[in-house]
Amino acid sequence: MLYREAGQFKTNYVDDQAVFPIRQDRIGIAVILAVAFVGIPLFGSDFFISAVMVPLLVFSLAAIGLNILTGYTGLLSLGTGGFMGVGAFACYKLTTIFPDVNIIIWILVSGFFSCGIGILFGLPSLRIKGFYLAVATLSAQFFLDWAFVRIPWLVNNNTSGAIEVPSRYLFGMPITGPMAQPEVRYLVVLSIVALLTLIASNLVHGRIGRSWMAVRDMDLAAELIGIRLYRTKLLAFAVSSYYCGVAGALMVFLWYGSAEPAVFGIDQSFFILFMVIIGGLGSLVGSFFGAALIYGMPIILKAIVGLVGLQISPATVEHLTFMAVGGLIILFLIIEPAGLARLWQVGKQKLRVWPFPY
Amino acid sequence: MRAPDDSLKTRIGDVLLAVEDVSLAFGGVKAINGVSFDIRQGEIRAIIGPNGAGKTSMLNVINGFYHPQQGRITFKGKTRSRMRPHEAASGGIARTFQNVALFRGMSALDNIMAGRTLKMNVNFFWQMFRRGPAMREEIEHRRFVEEIIDFLKIQDIRRTPVGRLPYGLQKRVELGRALAMEPELLLLDEPMAGMNLEEKEDMSRYILDVNEYYGTTIALIEHDMGVVMDLSDRVVVLDHGEKIADGTPDEVKRNQAVIDAYLGVAH
Repeated sequence: MLYREAGQFKTNYVDDQAVFPIRQDRIGIAVILAVAFVGIPLFGSDFFISAVMVPLLVFSLAAIGLNILTGYTGLLSLGTGGFMGVGAFACYKLTTIFPDVNIIIWILVSGFFSCGIGILFGLPSLRIKGFYLAVATLSAQFFLDWAFVRIPWLVNNNTSGAIEVPSRYLFGMPITGPMAQPEVRYLVVLSIVALLTLIASNLVHGRIGRSWMAVRDMDLAAELIGIRLYRTKLLAFAVSSYYCGVAGALMVFLWYGSAEPAVFGIDQSFFILFMVIIGGLGSLVGSFFGAALIYGMPIILKAIVGLVGLQISPATVEHLTFMAVGGLIILFLIIEPAGLARLWQVGKQKLRVWPFPY
Repeated sequence: MRAPDDSLKTRIGDVLLAVEDVSLAFGGVKAINGVSFDIRQGEIRAIIGPNGAGKTSMLNVINGFYHPQQGRITFKGKTRSRMRPHEAASGGIARTFQNVALFRGMSALDNIMAGRTLKMNVNFFWQMFRRGPAMREEIEHRRFVEEIIDFLKIQDIRRTPVGRLPYGLQKRVELGRALAMEPELLLLDEPMAGMNLEEKEDMSRYILDVNEYYGTTIALIEHDMGVVMDLSDRVVVLDHGEKIADGTPDEVKRNQAVIDAYLGVAH
């Protein structure tokens, strides 16, 4: 009833080409943004903000990055963890070499380092596709893994071999390091993620996004209408790794506080890939859904176990949630192989014609 | 797009594209063997021949997918030994495929919009914000694409992902995507394959209209002899990679070599 576009006529192409052509969608987005920017910082508990929301946003951003490459351009990558690591280490080096420059600038700049590495390892994509490309990006993952552990210069020769996040301030408020308030960190992460999501949305809805999808769906025909394959693919690698790099920097500086190279391992790559597949290939909103499901599910399951008051050891709970999450993933993939984003679309379509079936 | 031009006399002009002595082999298999022919400005040129005659290979040579071992291709006065896909596209050669090659995950509108890619050049910076020049360009091209959508009468399916469309409509969207490039030379690879009579009639009408209103030169491969004889100005016949006849439909119809190729010869 409420979700009905009847009577909303488009009289010009600007309105018709809008990302959210339906008024209810625009209201929905405004509400979500209001809750995210005002509601959660005001009413959310510290645990909820720093252990649920911040990671969720970081993973969403990484998932958007991988989705641009794998979902929109059809290039399978297993190097996400490595690219995130490049962002994190670049940010650490930058902020220790130039401590006076604001950390937010360095977080955004560190993405460009990851971008460069991404383009470099994206070069094989001009020749190989599919699983073979996945193996080529795997080499990026292993090489970067090796570099993070073996080059002590990257962590300023720390004995721990880990990134130790220094305190950095914005308008006199600590936003990184041990003194930073969860709300402040959350708002910084949220602003960056919101901004980058907006940019991603703009890109995929325009000429560039169409070129990416054209390459994904039929590269021969794309070449024929004048899309240059190598430029398009490398641009996808560049943008994708930029997003992953920024996500990596956010992860270490605004969530973990310190990080060993191991967090950028192959596990992380698969973790993000699962989010993209479950959320929906080629969908930005799906990236958020995927991150929420894969990261949020274990938290919810653990909370349920706690609520029921079962006397089980934490280790068993851990194992049980692993099993349950695995089962749920399989279940979701059987129900909707195209991911949660498709489920969301179908739901909206049903809502539009409700109470009639079609 | 050019203004409609109805006078048949002036319709056909100079040579737009000429292939000379082109040979293409895959290993030991000779797909095309020393074929020469030309396509004149404004005409509808049919390429026919039995299966495996090298017709599609010929189109692939013309738009740069295949690189012939021998021969020259002259397009708009420039002679080269081989085309490159991007060169062909920016030079104004558009193409449809034997088995539809649309971008399946995208809507009909986006597919046709993708055909405008070469005409769009607002840089990455503005694309990030989707405002100012980027939006103006998008709207300008949307307007052009809507004209094509009207022309092909596919208004009601513009938002449908093309993967869900029936075959006949997919063929029409593919034609739309090719038209979006404002081509000078349009290559159609079996535009009527798998269609029923009514769809064939529609498609024939579109081909004639494109040729007539936009003055687009058309080269088509087709197996339906009725269609070929009715539509085309000149026909080139290939068999086993060699040219066996070239001329008006009537001349070709009477040519003994063509009859033998299609019906077989008594040995």
